[in-house]
Amino acid sequence: MTRKQRRGVLIGTCLVVLGAAIGLVLFAMRDSIVFFYSPSEVAAMQIAPGQRFRLGGLVETGSVVRGEGTTVRFAVTDQAKTLHVTYTGVLPDLFREGQGVVAEGTLEPDGVFHADNVLAKHDENYMPPEVAKKLKAQGVWRGDAEAGGPMSQGKVN
Amino acid sequence: MIAETGHYALILALGVAIVQTMLPLLGARLRDPQLAAVAAPAAQMQFILIAIAFIALTTAYVTSDFSIENVWRNSHSAKPLLYKISGVWGNHEGSMVLWVLILALFGASVATYGTNLPRQLKANVLAVQGSIAAAFLLFIVTTSNPFTRLSPAPFDGQGLNPVLQDPALSFHPPFLYAGYVGFSMAFSFAVAALIEGRIDAAWARWVRPWTLAAWMCLTLGIAMGSWWAYYELGWGGFWFWDPVENASFMPWLAGTALLHSALVMEKRDALKVWTILLAIITFSLSLMGTFLVRSGVLTSVHAFAVDPARGIFILAIMGVFIGGALTLFAWRAPLLAQGGLFAPISREGALVLNNLLLTTACAAVFVGTLYPLALEALTGDKISVGAPFFNLTFAPLIVPLLIAVPFGPLLAWKRGDLVAAAQRLMAAAGLALAVSVLLLAFHQRGPWLAPFGIGLGVWLVMGALTEIAYRVKLVHASPSEAWRRLRNLPRAAYGSALAHAGLGLAVIGIVATTAWRSEQILALKPGDVADIAGYTLTFKGVAPHQGPNYQERVAVFTVARNGHAVTELTPSKREFTVERSGTTEAGILASWRGDLYAVLGDQLKNGAYSIRLYFNPLVRLIWLGALVMFLGGAVSLSDRRLRVGAPKRAQAKVAAVPAGE
Repeated sequence: MTRKQRRGVLIGTCLVVLGAAIGLVLFAMRDSIVFFYSPSEVAAMQIAPGQRFRLGGLVETGSVVRGEGTTVRFAVTDQAKTLHVTYTGVLPDLFREGQGVVAEGTLEPDGVFHADNVLAKHDENYMPPEVAKKLKAQGVWRGDAEAGGPMSQGKVN
Repeated sequence: MIAETGHYALILALGVAIVQTMLPLLGARLRDPQLAAVAAPAAQMQFILIAIAFIALTTAYVTSDFSIENVWRNSHSAKPLLYKISGVWGNHEGSMVLWVLILALFGASVATYGTNLPRQLKANVLAVQGSIAAAFLLFIVTTSNPFTRLSPAPFDGQGLNPVLQDPALSFHPPFLYAGYVGFSMAFSFAVAALIEGRIDAAWARWVRPWTLAAWMCLTLGIAMGSWWAYYELGWGGFWFWDPVENASFMPWLAGTALLHSALVMEKRDALKVWTILLAIITFSLSLMGTFLVRSGVLTSVHAFAVDPARGIFILAIMGVFIGGALTLFAWRAPLLAQGGLFAPISREGALVLNNLLLTTACAAVFVGTLYPLALEALTGDKISVGAPFFNLTFAPLIVPLLIAVPFGPLLAWKRGDLVAAAQRLMAAAGLALAVSVLLLAFHQRGPWLAPFGIGLGVWLVMGALTEIAYRVKLVHASPSEAWRRLRNLPRAAYGSALAHAGLGLAVIGIVATTAWRSEQILALKPGDVADIAGYTLTFKGVAPHQGPNYQERVAVFTVARNGHAVTELTPSKREFTVERSGTTEAGILASWRGDLYAVLGDQLKNGAYSIRLYFNPLVRLIWLGALVMFLGGAVSLSDRRLRVGAPKRAQAKVAAVPAGE
């Protein structure tokens, strides 16, 4: 095999592998990106039921209802709109009323957000940065938010 | 006083680093050997100074000197000693000092032990290393000084994040940094070679031990982080595809490619451009990892406290070093002489394929990690890219590589016989296929691809054994002859076989845990019984307990199997009084078959508790595999041939290099 042919084989293999990778990435991008919304955005955008997204906001004080079983109901608010959430599983340690929370799941036709993953990320002010940003954008945020700090997850696979 | 000494030492180290950078480069230009000779003592001096600073900071933590702001923010007098010490690097400023300490350690090691290096190369390498140190020391001294004082001194500190108060996590950063920063050596060597415009097989021979050491440390560091996440974060998972985890995984992938590329360069004087580029890319990814963690663009348990000014500084450092190195590469790479030729089907060809697949997989992880950041910067949309994306992109790229791995060592250099190699691997393939089919028959649930994943792991392990068997001519020679060959086999051969086998073990563990994990979420009252994966757990109740700096609620389970009591599991929830936050400690019954994993949740209305139970099959194999990979690297590193510096030009290469060398 001449040097030129060898180089051709090498370039060909590179292109094949790269092409496959790009194809996979583009395909995966379409399917597995998860957007992040606050309750107001959810109300405004009319998200289709069954679409997976992340909901962020504050846990409304007094809204946490622990049932007989392991299902918990609570409400997430950004001081403008509120969305009810149900979650089956063990809540993370840092989940507290009045503090920031990020839940991932789908909005069901009954208007309730079914979360299968609850992340309570907190900093010194117990506020997830994404939530803080949204609240700031709405002008309802008081106080200084600093990102950075531990995160714990309660997760249902 | 100690803190001021430490601070002064850092500033002095900055000065020394600048000297270490400028003078040797000048010396190389002006061909003045005395200027060039400044590099080695400067590197050693720099290490001593930074060590002084590090010791000063550690002393401040151990003696709980709260007049130092860094100690006040991250420590507390009631903390156990181990965590006082590990608290030194559990925050941004302290971890940066650890970073430059390891950087200086590597530089000083080259200065002290690199006696076989050509003088000019050594001077250039140390100069580049010095420039990196200078940049980061400047960063520390101007934006991240760990020695700032508080007046008046507070009585006690704010404590360390309880989630970090853990033995495994204490040692995770040093190993991780040794890995990240260790790749700076390869980078320095690469840039030095580009500056000189010359590179040869001897260069690769010197680069390989450093790269191997860095790779080993990074492997262990990542494994420790994963293990810690598994038992500490309470949901029994070992990998989140978290951006910061990816930030450590990408240099590992690129570093693995670099390691193999350097091997080809050393043996065959080929793949020079690949090796240099990979050295630059690997360290660039390390720098990027540093940026991601400290810049505030990420929200993650790993993210350090933010300050956009620091982020911009590190971004500038990245721009200078990555941009500069790549520019130098574009300009000088054509100077590097074309190396040895090889056929596409050969060991070199296999390693080129290896490089290609690893770098593409790395690029896929790169895109998935940075896409959310880029999108948010451009459009303001917040998205998250998680496991589904990575499973869809990374797995299909890595599977062909795993299939190809056993073929590599069995192909000859320059021109290999693929059919012969395949024939030798028949036993391995047969066993792998048999295992897959058996599992497919037994395990009805779970993804149907999982048995083949296990088969892939078995294939890797058997492939490694096949390599050894082939080297000692197990089938063709007499047992005594084979035994003689076994004893005389170069350690590097054992090292590579071990490392590939370790990879196989890890693959088996990953596939088994991911595919066949059992999970139950229950509400249990004292006296209730739960069944999972052959174990019967009886819930005894929850009792309070006092720890050194926390209050604990401990749940007690008696675990039985086949009617016999096995052990007690005690998952608990801890409340740390000073830090006002809590952790969940899982109760784990570990065995090679798998881990029984129990998590205590909240108390429910009727006095029951929310309990989560998992059974993770074969999960220990993941970390055992990583450990075996580390051992393989260590065995390879101990090979004397690797440490003999200059190749002996006088003796002509005797006969043909035997296939499989």
